[in-house]
Amino acid sequence: MIIVSNLHKSFGSKRVLKGVNLKIYDGESLVILGPSGCGKSVLLKHIIGLMKPDGGQVIIDGEDITSFEQKKLDALRMRMGMLFQSAALFDSLNVEENVAFGLRRHTNLTNRAIHHIVSEKLEMVGLPGTNYLMPSELSGGMRKRVGLARAIAMEPEIILYDEPTTGLDPIMTSAIDELHLSLKERLGVTSIVVTHDLKSAYRVCDRIALHFGGQIVEIGTREEIINSPNPVVQQFIRGEAQGPMTLL
Amino acid sequence: MFSNLVKGFVESIGSMSILFMQTIYWTIHNLKTGRFSVRNLLDQMSRIGVDSLLMVAITGVSTGAVLVVQIGYQFAQMGAQSYVGGVVSLAMARELAPILTAIVVAGRVGSAIAAEIGTMKITEQIDALETMATNPVDYLVVPRFWGCTIMLFMLTIFTNVVGMIGGSIVAVHQIGLTLISFKDSVLHMLLIQDLMGGLFKATVFGGIIAIIGCYKGFTTEGGAEGVGQSTTSAVVVSIMMILAVNYFLTVGINNFNTAYLQ
Repeated sequence: MIIVSNLHKSFGSKRVLKGVNLKIYDGESLVILGPSGCGKSVLLKHIIGLMKPDGGQVIIDGEDITSFEQKKLDALRMRMGMLFQSAALFDSLNVEENVAFGLRRHTNLTNRAIHHIVSEKLEMVGLPGTNYLMPSELSGGMRKRVGLARAIAMEPEIILYDEPTTGLDPIMTSAIDELHLSLKERLGVTSIVVTHDLKSAYRVCDRIALHFGGQIVEIGTREEIINSPNPVVQQFIRGEAQGPMTLL
Repeated sequence: MFSNLVKGFVESIGSMSILFMQTIYWTIHNLKTGRFSVRNLLDQMSRIGVDSLLMVAITGVSTGAVLVVQIGYQFAQMGAQSYVGGVVSLAMARELAPILTAIVVAGRVGSAIAAEIGTMKITEQIDALETMATNPVDYLVVPRFWGCTIMLFMLTIFTNVVGMIGGSIVAVHQIGLTLISFKDSVLHMLLIQDLMGGLFKATVFGGIIAIIGCYKGFTTEGGAEGVGQSTTSAVVVSIMMILAVNYFLTVGINNFNTAYLQ
């Protein structure tokens, strides 16, 4: 289980996280919704230890990772995978080298075994035979799917998705969502998805949390969120410009 | 305003020193654990060295040739033609070859390192490295640092050689010296410590270029504009540091030669 407790983070005078509290249960798919620039990605980066909070804790399996030394943090990261908003593929490496990156650095598998795993993961994300393409030869959707193949290459227990469908057409969005669901079913992973795409959120979630003003203002199942009396939630799900949620 | 500039400068020097120490730490760690990536190192050596060869060759030949033109006529008027080869080789080996090679490499490679790492930073590739339990200093800085230091050493030898070839051609065809007298003058005046001193400087300059390039890349902020600023800044700061450090290295090498080799 992942517990985020009273998490605070500021950049200069801008307070981005103002005491975030969140629980993510094993094997569930939690979607964190919120307007652009509200600090969703910052929250995600704290969960994988890429950022240190100004205050509060991130507890994974009973241990506070904010005080982890590098070695322990690396060991934890081996159990996690992250799909970045921009896919963050390494430009100088081809698709196979990107997907195999973690396997080459942290396992003693033979080249043949690694090639087999990479091909299997690429097949899973619907990109068989793209092993030797360079990232510059891929479309936005393909890059995201390669990013996902890389994130699952080490068979992680927790996958973090940072805006997995932003900038994709509806068909590709649907394909990514289906992939997400099939990974959850096949690998039984815990997923945390940061997005502001409501349709996609409804498709993949077990629970939804709404992040606004540096805090989680509402959390619940899809139905609970849809029926929430909270005006912030209603404004967000109806996509209204007027309301308590002001434009940045 | 001025105090902020000084504070920023001191902070940058401190951060670069930490980056250098982390590079040494990861080098030793990788050598101990047998995880030093020779493939990455060779890749960087190829990018840094082989790709700079043409520019370094042009710089070396023209510098050797111009030096001979500048001093050849003056020495001929004084009847000191027999010193031309020696003086040119001393100037090349001690100062010009390491400095000019370093400036060419700083312009070409330092900027490329800053741009590559800066782009990786703003496109979250550095974060991606960390999420895959890979230290960015280990993966990105170590091969660039050693690639740069090794290749600057080798490129400086190359600059010395092509510089002397350029100088000898001009000496024979324009100044009227014989190739044998030019060569004898070089062999008579140039000592091994002159060459080694210059090569030592070049090695240090290689490290400076790599560390500054990587540091500027890691501290890139914003988008394409930020990458542009880091790239320019990497070249300017590298050249300034090379020139400043050159003075202290020259004094140190001279003192060493005086104390132990004469």
